[in-house]
Amino acid sequence: MKKIIYTAISLLLMNSMLHAQEKYRDTTEVVSIKEIILIGGHPQVHQKEPKPLGSIDEYLETSARINMIKRGAYAWEPMLNGMATERTVITIDGMRIFGACTDKMDPITSYVEISNLSEAAISSGQQGAENGATIGGSIDLKRRKTGFNETGWKVGVNTGGESNGEQKIAGADLQYANNSFYVNTDIMYRDAGNYEAGGNREVLYSQFTKYNLSAISGFKLSENQAIEGSFIYDEVNDVGYPALPMDVSLARAIIGSVKYEHHQLSENIEHWETKVYFNTITHQMDDSKRPDVPIRMDMPGWSDTYGFYSKVNMSLDKHKLTANLNSFYNKSLAEMTMFPNDPNENDMFMLTWPDVRTLYTGLYLEDVIALNEHYSLQLTGSLGRHYNKVASTFGLQSLQIFYPGLTESKQRYLKSFSTTGRLHKKNMEYTLGMGYGERAPSVSEGYGFYLFNSFDGFDYIGDPNLSNEKSVEMNASIGFENKKWNVKITGSYFHIMDYIIGKPDLSLSQMTIGANGVKVYEQLEYASLFNSDISIGYSLHKNWNWNGKLVFNYGRDNNNINLPLVQPLSYQTSLQFRKGLFSIETELEGATKQLNFSPEFGENETAAYAIVNLSASRTLFLNQQKMTVKLGAENIFDTYYSTFSDWNNIPRRGRNLFVNLSYVIQ
Amino acid sequence: MKFIRAFAIFCLAILTSCSTDSDEITPVNEVADLVKIQTMENDTHLVELYSSIGQLEQGYNKISLRIKNKIGEEFINNATIEWKPIMHMEATQHSCPVSDVTKTPGTESLYEGFIVFQMAENQTEYWTLTLNYAINGVDYTVTETINVPASTRRRVTVFTGTDDIKYILALIDPSEPEVATNDMSVGVFKMENMMTFPIVNSYKVKIDPRMPSMGNHSSPNNVDLTQSSADKFYHGKLNLTMTGYWKINLQLENALGEVVKGEPVSDTNEASSIFLELEF
Repeated sequence: MKKIIYTAISLLLMNSMLHAQEKYRDTTEVVSIKEIILIGGHPQVHQKEPKPLGSIDEYLETSARINMIKRGAYAWEPMLNGMATERTVITIDGMRIFGACTDKMDPITSYVEISNLSEAAISSGQQGAENGATIGGSIDLKRRKTGFNETGWKVGVNTGGESNGEQKIAGADLQYANNSFYVNTDIMYRDAGNYEAGGNREVLYSQFTKYNLSAISGFKLSENQAIEGSFIYDEVNDVGYPALPMDVSLARAIIGSVKYEHHQLSENIEHWETKVYFNTITHQMDDSKRPDVPIRMDMPGWSDTYGFYSKVNMSLDKHKLTANLNSFYNKSLAEMTMFPNDPNENDMFMLTWPDVRTLYTGLYLEDVIALNEHYSLQLTGSLGRHYNKVASTFGLQSLQIFYPGLTESKQRYLKSFSTTGRLHKKNMEYTLGMGYGERAPSVSEGYGFYLFNSFDGFDYIGDPNLSNEKSVEMNASIGFENKKWNVKITGSYFHIMDYIIGKPDLSLSQMTIGANGVKVYEQLEYASLFNSDISIGYSLHKNWNWNGKLVFNYGRDNNNINLPLVQPLSYQTSLQFRKGLFSIETELEGATKQLNFSPEFGENETAAYAIVNLSASRTLFLNQQKMTVKLGAENIFDTYYSTFSDWNNIPRRGRNLFVNLSYVIQ
Repeated sequence: MKFIRAFAIFCLAILTSCSTDSDEITPVNEVADLVKIQTMENDTHLVELYSSIGQLEQGYNKISLRIKNKIGEEFINNATIEWKPIMHMEATQHSCPVSDVTKTPGTESLYEGFIVFQMAENQTEYWTLTLNYAINGVDYTVTETINVPASTRRRVTVFTGTDDIKYILALIDPSEPEVATNDMSVGVFKMENMMTFPIVNSYKVKIDPRMPSMGNHSSPNNVDLTQSSADKFYHGKLNLTMTGYWKINLQLENALGEVVKGEPVSDTNEASSIFLELEF
């Protein structure tokens, strides 16, 4: 009863939701699914999507718990339970990775292509603490792999195009598997120009070019032991960020890992796996493509992470126990060089992330107790040591301007626990949980130096002396399911103490030309966040399915003032027809007017909107070859709109026609 | 235990090796960290002028010197020295603020002091330096032209206050500015007459560092400069948030707290009428 919500695409659009919930419904099954690492023939996420070659961002956005902060056409930043990446843990196959961009233009999700994704495991609140300290929860992106089975060779080719932004997509995958060895490789290329918002209004600087190469290979050492290596190379060039004053000429990620796993170590120890990993991210932000800037600047950033985890799953009587010992060491460095308009003046240089080293080591324990046939109880707890050090003398001295006497290092202990009860009886399922968790300030919150936020127009200064942010959460859900209906209501409430947020300091002088001032990260006594959603599925007829989703969120600080980036009442509904190898789907999605916005963060009222999408697919078989054609139109009525999470209210895409072709030889 | 013993031996080894090093006597080159500016010469002596950069420039200059006997080639260690820089202008002559010349502590042969050149040489106007020194009761003198080019950035400012006094304010530190909290010091002198420039006491120098290229960005937590009883210079803290060109806007306050020169920087007033410049 790991209350993880598996949002493999299955979850959302289309009624595959029904399917997924059935599959993961049973308590023990959920746990076992998490433990089966080498799932043979796991359905490929992208083949089930109405838009199989859509971006991972579009895919994640379909989850009721996730919103994407959009700064352009590429690399949206996921928010989980209304909380952005400082308050969540995002991993790829359990690996910690940290973006190298001070403006959060390279979230971890941008390094996985949907074509090599198996599922995204979304854990809300403290149930997501397995891979590190979190407040909002975690997203683990699980990559696709064949596993040890006799499927032999398989070659696939994917290609697609989109009318809006003239995106061209081409990819190929090659896999081989037998009982003791498998290898999966996948390559994907995307190239897009500027997209157009509704009414053919071109959004300048929204282009990008992306290459992604992914490989996983496993080798069986014995009947119960296997070793697996994995590698991702991801590079994007010439990425425009229309919501920001700067673009990215290069973002590169190299991610590698080696994993050892052992099944059935003993009668009680079902599984033990240990992974060591590293990743290095390079991010070159500049404004060389912008014609009018007050001053030219380059802002490169680098983030390197080395880590490991070792995880064991045990079964003892009624208990299912999980222990995860994990650690990472991260090095985050970012600098800014400004080139004065007077060529006789020296360049202006500063460290915006002063080579901050973070060493985290944590132990996570989980026990799922099956009390009886209907009741189960999940207990989790974790303790982590979080150590920060400013390795650059230049950077330390810079921060000492604001914090005289600041020492180079700081150590914290982060604790969490949670308990969730679950009752599953007949068609009904109830869960009730509570939890407590802590997190350390992010590198920007602790050590950021004049980081310009283009939304509120303030330069941000970190505070290394911030105390841990602490969260008390409660969550509950009620689900009902029968042959025709599937209804689920979920709610979670977070009372976050020492909530970290930037507040203006009028005594400080802005660095960025034209900025509104300087904000320093401070801590509110508390802030409250409430998230709720209702999702409904109805099977109208054997070929017809209907889905609906309603999301309501709320966020206030201790003075009852709105928090930034809180989703207004939003809805989505879709109708699908599927017969044989043909399917067609129409979808309506929208939001009401955003009334609860934060002017202090630069937000204004976002108007209500509604858009309609339409897609159709057809699969053809030719001997051993399988070809799937998917056609679709998004935002058919070419509505000009932006959502609450569009940075600086940049408009979303207008009408877009897409075609995706996938061709597989088995 | 084994480890501790090994460790102890290791430490001992390090300590003893250090002490042997320091026992060695090596001849000390007293100008090792200095660069020669020029050598002045009279019939009896060579006078070598040194500074950290090997040249003089407009503003504050810390100068070291040593006197070498032409015959024995030994360095003099018991001289009493005075110096007098003179600016030869077309119409007049004047001197500038100078310190006494004193023996550099811990050295055999070096003497040191400072000179504040409030103006640079140009095509028709130039500086000379005269050294009057006495060795064992015998007086000597040497005079030569020295090169004092203009500094690229303003290191000294000359102005007349509301009290009709002509002031000279020279930047001493930071000589190597950093993105950090820098110790800042300036010398404040007044022009009593063309040849006498005493230090001004009990004033205050208010600072406001700005970057004109960055929309007049300023830094926080600067500390205005107050006079030190030790060296009589004015000391404070200067914060520089990035490299580049900084304009240090100044206001000079007298002992009564009255501003005798300079204006606060504001949205409507971009800079003070008196300032110093740094670029790094």
